[in-house]
This record gives sequence, C-alpha cells and structure tokens, in this order.
Amino acid sequence: MDCVPTKGFESVSRLRPYLLLALLAALCISVATYLQPQASAWSQRGQDSMIKVLLGDGRRLLANHLFTKADIYFHSGYYPTIFDSAEPPRESHMSGHQHEAEEHEENEDFMGKPRNWVDAFGRNFKITHHTHLEQGREREMLPWLKLSAEMDPHLIDTYTVAGYWLANHLHKIPEAEDFLRQGLRENPNSYEILFALGRIYHNNYHDAPRARNVWELALKRWRERESSKKEPDKFGLEEIVVNLGRLEEDQGNLLAAIHYLEEAKKVSPVPQTIQKQIDELKRKLEPNPQASR
Amino acid sequence: MSTVSALAGVVVKELYRRKDFYVLFVLTALVTVLMGSMNFFHDKNIAGFLKEGCLWLIWISALVIAIVTTARQIPAECENRTIFPLLAKPVTRNQVVLGKFAGCWLATGIALVIFYVFFTIVAGTRENHWPVVSYLQALWLQWMMLAIVIALALLGSIVFAAPSSNSTICFVVVLGILLIGGHLDQVALRQPEPLRSIVYALYFLMPHLEWYDVRQFVFFEQGTVSWRACGLATLYAWLYSGMLLLAAWIVFRRKALNQ
Repeated sequence: MDCVPTKGFESVSRLRPYLLLALLAALCISVATYLQPQASAWSQRGQDSMIKVLLGDGRRLLANHLFTKADIYFHSGYYPTIFDSAEPPRESHMSGHQHEAEEHEENEDFMGKPRNWVDAFGRNFKITHHTHLEQGREREMLPWLKLSAEMDPHLIDTYTVAGYWLANHLHKIPEAEDFLRQGLRENPNSYEILFALGRIYHNNYHDAPRARNVWELALKRWRERESSKKEPDKFGLEEIVVNLGRLEEDQGNLLAAIHYLEEAKKVSPVPQTIQKQIDELKRKLEPNPQASR
Repeated sequence: MSTVSALAGVVVKELYRRKDFYVLFVLTALVTVLMGSMNFFHDKNIAGFLKEGCLWLIWISALVIAIVTTARQIPAECENRTIFPLLAKPVTRNQVVLGKFAGCWLATGIALVIFYVFFTIVAGTRENHWPVVSYLQALWLQWMMLAIVIALALLGSIVFAAPSSNSTICFVVVLGILLIGGHLDQVALRQPEPLRSIVYALYFLMPHLEWYDVRQFVFFEQGTVSWRACGLATLYAWLYSGMLLLAAWIVFRRKALNQ
C-alpha cells in the first residue's frame, strides 16, 4: 500500500460510493423485474414452489417413497426392505379395501428364519411383530401422504388413501373432503377420487343426491378412461356401480338399482351374490297379489 | 489413569470451545421447530413425523461431531508440534490414544445428552407422554455405536495423511455399514465366487453398527429392546472399540512424528 499515492483516494468524491451503491441497487431491481416473469415460466404455472422447480420429475420418485413411508407407518415399521425376499404389497393395505383386509395375514412373516447368528441377534433391534396403527394413531400416516401429494399431485392413491383414513377413522370429514377436492383439481378425470368423494357425501354427510351426481360422474369418467383398455380396472367399476345400486335402492328407485347391479354382475368376481340381490329387488318390484285383492 | 483423564478433559474443553456442536444443535433445533410448525389436516397430535425428523438430525449431527472431532486430534497435535512436549511429560503413546479416545467419546456423549433432552422435550410436549426409558436406551445404544466409530476414526487419523480424507473415508464406511451392513450376507449369496466368500467374510468381520439404530422403536412406540440384547450389544461395542484402539496404538507406536 506504500506505493499507492494517497492523493488518489482523497480526490474521490464523497458522493461517488453512494452513487455507485444506488446504481447497483437500480441494476438489481431491473434484473429482478426481468427475471421474475421468466422464473414464473420455469415453474410451469407460476405457482410451483422452489422445490418443485429444483427437483423436476425426481419429485415423483420422492412421492412414491413418501407414500411407501406412510405404508411403513401403517405397519408400525414391520416392512420388507429391498433385500428381503418378500415384495411390498402391490396395492397398499392402507387403502382399506375389504378384500385386501381379508387376504392380509396378521402373522405374515417376510423375515423367515434367521440366516445366521448376526441376523438372529440383529432381530433384537428390529421390529419383528406385524401390527397396524389403530385407536387414532392412524394420524401418523398423514404427514407422509400430504408430502407425497405435494411432491406428485398426480399420484391418485395418495388422495384416496388419506381421504379414507381421515373420514372413516379420524372423523375429519371436512379435511377429507378438502383434500379429495384438491386431488380432483389436480386430476379432474380421476374416477377414483370422484368415487371417494361420493362415499363421503353418502356415508358421512348422508347427502344422497350429491353422492349420486358424483358417482355418476365417476362412472362416466371410468367409461372414458378404462372401457377401451385391454385390462380395465374392473374393481373400480364394481365399486362405483354397486354403491350406485345401493344408493338407488335406498332411495326407492329399484329399476335403476337393478340396472346398476346388472352392470356390476358383469365385472364382479362373485356374480352369484349380485344375482341374488337383483332377484331380491325384482321380487320387490312385482305387484303384491294380496294388496291388489 | 489421571493422565488419560487429563487428556480427555482437554478434548472435552475443546468441544465446547469450538463452534461445531453449537452450529449443529441450533440447526437441529431450527429444523425441528420448523417441522413442528407444519400443519397436517389441522391435527396437532401428529408426533411420529417430528420424532423421526429430529432423531435423523440427531444421528447425523452426532456422527459429524464424533468423526470430525476425532479425526483432527492426533494430526493437529503433530502439526502444531505439541505432541513432543506432550510425550515428554512423560506421557506414553498408549495414554495419548486412550486419552484422545476417552475425551472424544465423553464429549460426544455430552452432546448426545443435550440433543436427547431437546428431543424428549419436543416429543413430550407434542404427545403428552414421556417414554423416558425408551429414549435412554436409544441414547445409550447410539453412544455405544459412537465408541466404535470414534475408535475407527482415531485409527484412521494415524493411518491416513490428512483429517479430511480420514473423515470422508469414515463417513463412507459408517454410512455404508448402517445402510447395507445387515444385508451384506444376502448380497454375498448373489455374487460369484470368490467375491461371495470375500463379501461373506466381510459381513462377519465388520462392526455391525446397524444393531445400535433403534430409532424405529422410538417413533413407532414399540417399547424397548430386551435388556439382555442391549447388554450384549454394549459388550460387543466395547470389544470392537478395544480392538480398534489396540490397532491404533500399534500403528501409533511405530509412527515417526517428526515428518
């Protein structure tokens, strides 16, 4: 610094640094106003969070992982890893489907016998009992499902599973409806979400006209999406038409109920049971001879 | 014994003089509080998510403190030339190794206690119940695991040239064991010979750190691990740490310090 002439510093105007600072600030604002609309365009709709922009399609992988995490919580940590021979369930047990629950063995043992003494001793530090969350502790699954939906808004199961547990086990009906509606906004063609929404209107709000409208729309969406497929989702169709049939029966529209059950019979794994229900309804429709006398 | 405890005391003092622990603790607390403030369907009793996040941060922080603190102990003494007056006290080389180990282990233990007190308060205020025994067991097992990690890092600090390379290697080894260590025998069965025998031998030789991770018992509220298993795991950790410390002493005894 000794070689630098000090006069050079003295000649600098006192205002100059402030002017430079003001210029830089003005430049910053200008660049920001130029970049902001572009940043909105990068985030597709201008509403996405920074995480969504940064992770891109990697979010879907994370969403699947978070959904699995919810399933792990549902089983209280008793869950096969990628190294175990048993595969994770194709359809999550969390979905609460009756047929799944029946098939689901409480004492299912994916671990098998200990492979060696290290594995045998290591099992002392692992959860080795198969239990499910109950008595309100199902709420522990919810953060993972919500985060999964944040990561991938098009993962339908996230909405239907969360809606099922919120409405049927945690008695949070408005929250379930809101979450399903959020899912519907993201996936307007999803018959699964429409069916779940209709179930809330029917079972929880006891609003039959609204449930009918939503289920009829679900049926329409199912036909649009699935009827042309080689392997359509028959279980989804059965759920919709059977529930529509029951709703119409409750409302006294027996002809409509028979129509829906006839449709259910075509896809049901137990058509005999559906036929019995149809016969029952037909008997009710027949004119009562004693009444006519 | 007093020499070892004096050396250990210096290491503990170093921990609270340095900023590593404070930064990690504040970061853990901050992230936990942020996670706690998240709203999931207006349910304020959800605790598993918070507990899992907080315990995950505690594990990462404890590993960072243990490995980074240990990795720089002996190299720093050599670099600053303070190792010479230390060994001239007279302090033997095995006392240096033991003192450094004891100090790092004790310092990490103190840090763990503070982390777990914070965790207990956070989880307790959210759940309104206090499974303290389960938390104490998780803390104890984690501390035992860290004894092996610290002994490993101490051996590495004598073998490897720089603390940074030692820290990186220790992190890779420890995280590798924690993630796939318990399944290495299954991996071995899918390999051709002679790789199968090598991987299988590695499975039995390596320290099984994954045993000490009982976080699942804490956030799934599955009670406690059997005390017999806990005691045997403690014995295993002590034996393994002793073996690694012996190896560290053998290498350190022959090491030229005036390089």
